[in-house]
Amino acid sequence: MLRAKIAGHALSLMATVLLGGLLSATLMRLAPGFDVDEQELDPHLNAASVQALRAARHQDHNVFRFYFSYMNRAAHGDLGRSLALGQPVRTLLRDRAPLTLRLLSVGLALAWVAALGLALTAAWLRLSTFDLLTTMVSGTFLCIPAAVLALLSVLWNVPGSLAIALIVFPRIYRYARNLLAKSYSLPHILTARAKGLGEARILFWHVLPGVAPQLLAVAGVSVSMAVGAAIPVEALCGLAGVGQLAWQAALARDLPLLVNITVLVTLVTLLANSGADVIGHMVRSQES
Amino acid sequence: MNLWRKLACVVLATVMCAAIAANWLAPAGYAKQYREATDAPPSHAHWLGTDEIGRDRFARVLYGTRISLLLAPAAALLSTLMAALIGGLAGYLGGIWARIAMAVTDLFLSLPWLFLLITARALMPLNVSPLFSVTVTFLLLGLLGWTTAARVLCTTAGAIRSADFVRQARALGISGRRLFWIQVMPNLKPVLYAQFWISIPVFILSEANLGILGLGVAEPLPSWGSLLKELESLVSVGEEPWKFVPLVLLVLVVMSFQLLLSAREEVAA
Repeated sequence: MLRAKIAGHALSLMATVLLGGLLSATLMRLAPGFDVDEQELDPHLNAASVQALRAARHQDHNVFRFYFSYMNRAAHGDLGRSLALGQPVRTLLRDRAPLTLRLLSVGLALAWVAALGLALTAAWLRLSTFDLLTTMVSGTFLCIPAAVLALLSVLWNVPGSLAIALIVFPRIYRYARNLLAKSYSLPHILTARAKGLGEARILFWHVLPGVAPQLLAVAGVSVSMAVGAAIPVEALCGLAGVGQLAWQAALARDLPLLVNITVLVTLVTLLANSGADVIGHMVRSQES
Repeated sequence: MNLWRKLACVVLATVMCAAIAANWLAPAGYAKQYREATDAPPSHAHWLGTDEIGRDRFARVLYGTRISLLLAPAAALLSTLMAALIGGLAGYLGGIWARIAMAVTDLFLSLPWLFLLITARALMPLNVSPLFSVTVTFLLLGLLGWTTAARVLCTTAGAIRSADFVRQARALGISGRRLFWIQVMPNLKPVLYAQFWISIPVFILSEANLGILGLGVAEPLPSWGSLLKELESLVSVGEEPWKFVPLVLLVLVVMSFQLLLSAREEVAA
């Protein structure tokens, strides 16, 4: 069963790579300026050299050959060149990925600690005032656009990771709170409480194991949320990460760069979701 | 209906009325420049001051609200219809069709929404007329926002397909298109309504994000996104608090939609 699940996820990842590659190649082929090479403007080149350049490019007119050569190059790590920045996409991604990874990991960690901490406190205390207060705070953050939170973080001079945490936190909190509230009202928890079991024992032995698979699923989704939040946060906070690169590529209509980033981001989020799903499945099968 | 929900209704009704009455409340329009009063603070003539090129901020907020509040539901309608067609049909047909539709949906869902939006937006020309930009922005939201709803509708349609009344209809000889339109679709209505209402605040927030990033509605047309872009020029939060009015309005409207949605969920439960 577990192997089938892993195989299913691997297939889905492969399909994404294939579809993403085809999409990238199609968009690049349709992009304005596909047929133009700046080298032709070089006054040092004679007519024969220009003809040779055109002949080399003529091969790309065959759609299938173009797709094959694009996929072949992508498989060898050549993701093309950025039109706006004039650098290889691979170099740009390699330079900017560490900052984004650091931003996302710190932001996600903060969001999870805050959301789980507050959700557990709300479930533990069972005070309607506390519940109302936390729900209102998280609800307010949910209604503020991610880009505004990024701008406010600049104004208040707080790190970008905190902005990411504030964007992701309300979504995790809402789900975790509902999940814990539902779990605490289950008959076996009520029985355990009636029998006088301590709150800590109820939480760690009966509540958390029950909600762990669902929380793991949210963990996978939260990666996708954080990656999405990276665009406004990096763009508006002036952080040179992958999100800012995507935004610059969108403004400059740099399709080779933008599409490659999008495919890469899809792969990362798919991997996170698949990982969470597989771990959740393992936890469920251990319980049963 | 509790007090909060009544309050949400009042807020939405007031904001909508003000947006509809923009022509009467701000007859000079959103593009008129008062060059003698650029970046002015609030006054009797300009209740929320003017922007850096002298346009009345109050008028821009009213017209921007009208654009966001009219077009977000239009985009929500488009995405809900697409979801009904794709998700509903996939669920009704079942088997390989449902699996293919769900695989595509999962792929879209795994892609961060903002990445998808800016990629699609970048494919369109950026230097277009304001009217074209507003159409493209909300059309994109509608065309790309169907996936979550499609997933829910596919599951619901799948359940309806194997319901007794559909089997009975099939046994009576009703099949194909007629069965889908007469038996399945009417039973998807409650889910469709819920998905429509859920999409509106999502699209309002997405437009705001796009606008702040400079990929939304083009100048001089105002929208909540383009109005919030003004916050970029602030040096401190307390400096010009009136610039936060569009944000307060947006938060109030989105919150009101969320409150009304939770009321609908309670009724559905």
